[in-house]
Amino acid sequence: MDFFVQLLINGISVGFLYGLSAMGFVMIFKSSSVLNFAHGELLAMGAFLFLALVTWAQLPILPAFLITLAGCFVLGFVVERLFLRPLIGEPLIFVIMLTVGLASMFKGILLLIFGGNLNTYPDFLPSFLGIQRGMINIPPVYTATLIIGLTFLAVFGLFFKYSSQGIYMRSVADNQKAALSLGVHVKLVFALSWAIAALVAGMSGIVLGIINGINVHDLSAIGLKVFPVVILGGLDSIGGAIIGGIIIGLLETFTGGYLSPSLRDVVPYIVLVFILLVKPYGLFGLKEIERV
Amino acid sequence: MENNILLQINNISVVYSDVIQVLKGVSLAVEKNHIVSLLGSNGAGKTTTLKAVSGLLKPENGKVTDGSIIYKGRNIQNQYPEFITRQGIIHVLEGRQPFKYLTVEENLKVGTATRWLKPHKDDLEMVYHYFPALVKRRKALAGYCSGGELQMIVMGRALMAHPELLLLDEPSLGLAPLVVKEIFEIIVKINEEQATTIILVEQNAGMALQIAHYGYVMENGKIVMEGSAADLVKNPDIKEFYLGVGVAGDLRSYRDVKSYRRRKRWL
Ligand SMILES: Nc1ncnc2c1ncn2[C@@H]1O[C@H](COP(=O)(O)OP(=O)(O)O)[C@@H](O)[C@H]1O
Ligand SMILES: [Mg+2]
Repeated sequence: MDFFVQLLINGISVGFLYGLSAMGFVMIFKSSSVLNFAHGELLAMGAFLFLALVTWAQLPILPAFLITLAGCFVLGFVVERLFLRPLIGEPLIFVIMLTVGLASMFKGILLLIFGGNLNTYPDFLPSFLGIQRGMINIPPVYTATLIIGLTFLAVFGLFFKYSSQGIYMRSVADNQKAALSLGVHVKLVFALSWAIAALVAGMSGIVLGIINGINVHDLSAIGLKVFPVVILGGLDSIGGAIIGGIIIGLLETFTGGYLSPSLRDVVPYIVLVFILLVKPYGLFGLKEIERV
Repeated sequence: MENNILLQINNISVVYSDVIQVLKGVSLAVEKNHIVSLLGSNGAGKTTTLKAVSGLLKPENGKVTDGSIIYKGRNIQNQYPEFITRQGIIHVLEGRQPFKYLTVEENLKVGTATRWLKPHKDDLEMVYHYFPALVKRRKALAGYCSGGELQMIVMGRALMAHPELLLLDEPSLGLAPLVVKEIFEIIVKINEEQATTIILVEQNAGMALQIAHYGYVMENGKIVMEGSAADLVKNPDIKEFYLGVGVAGDLRSYRDVKSYRRRKRWL
């Protein structure tokens, strides 16, 4: 029972990270129909930027964290401006190939600067975040993940629900032509989606770096997990991305805990296939409102 | 007279995808505070004309290749919609295009996108004043609203931008006669109370000419007739082809009208 609870909490918090990363991916897709194959690399960029700030620049944790988030935000914005904007209106396959190219570029830069070894952050999470009761032993990073994840979710929930810019972003995702007819800055919305997606990816990268260590290849491979998550959650549903993430996280940890650690990367995909057989649009794919 | 012109379209040609020519020399002038109606059958080029003005040709790979569009003394052809909307021109699209997954009130709020600091309190009240039916639907998703409500949402959304020139593309399409009547009354009210100049594209010529000051008729990418609304209603061709009333006053069916004859007369 204790073991079960421990796996449950680990699974949920890792799943939360997958979900948040997937949320960024879905946001880009919803606003501009672009599938971003460089998502894992954005995660890695965040993790390594934080590493550089903490170890090389010797910054305290909180400023380093905030600067990393700001840096990722700017990175996302600039990437859209420089690379994606010129391709607006071109066939989608060009845009997708571009993101594949971006992925290689980011990976190359990181390998050049940091090499391919496994790095770790200094141990900075306060130990009171950890839970130790009987056989249950939950390291601080998992509780920290839950706290950060819920905070991000709440902040973005409020942003999209109530702020003008959030409403404009949803309007573009909903009906781009109508948004344009009302003077919404559609290109700014694209850039903001990239910026926010990169920010959230950067945050996830840092936390995953704390859990698994920081390695270019591992982190960018996690970007691929975004795919089962969004397929499960429905490509166009932000809430679905979070729940899809949690499901994949749970499947992984339970498989790793009860069956075999070597199966943990496989079983989620098998379950995914079965779910898709039953619900081809994912669990939470938007129901098309057919009313007009 | 010249100073009263808000929008002047001079002999424009519009081409889609570099090869499909849709407008072939369209000219029209819109006086301030007027309702100008643009009539014509399906495919005549009415929507394209509006898009040329609002800049929405761009995302469809269309272009004004010839002529000019002058708004308040300024050339605006081939400008970006982000720019044109900020000059005070708002285009209400054909077929009502709500943001389905936004609530009615959120739909209205998007209308403030062009305005500094996005004020919306007073403006929401103003919109609810014109469209009281929307008040009780405020929190409903637009996707679940009726056709009449949707027309109110998209017009209300446009009003939130405080447009000086409002382009309405077939507001009556697919609505029940009573609803159409209500919508047209509101159009008149907006025109009078907000001093909004309106270009009204319609296939429902009878209704449109009742509220318009001036009218143009398009066929095949050209203007084939123009005049004050009062004159147009009396015109035998308009009567026959758009109002469904024969010269002698007898009702004729569309079946009797041969399309080649109709083309010949107006070209
Ligand atoms: N994006 C487009 N690309 C190519 N042709 C178009 C496009 N939009 C409209 N057309 C063509 O232009 C003509 C006029 O269309 P439109 O302006 O929508 O007419 P109306 O609004 O009067 O019905 C039609 O023949 C239509 O097929
Ligand atoms: Mg049309």
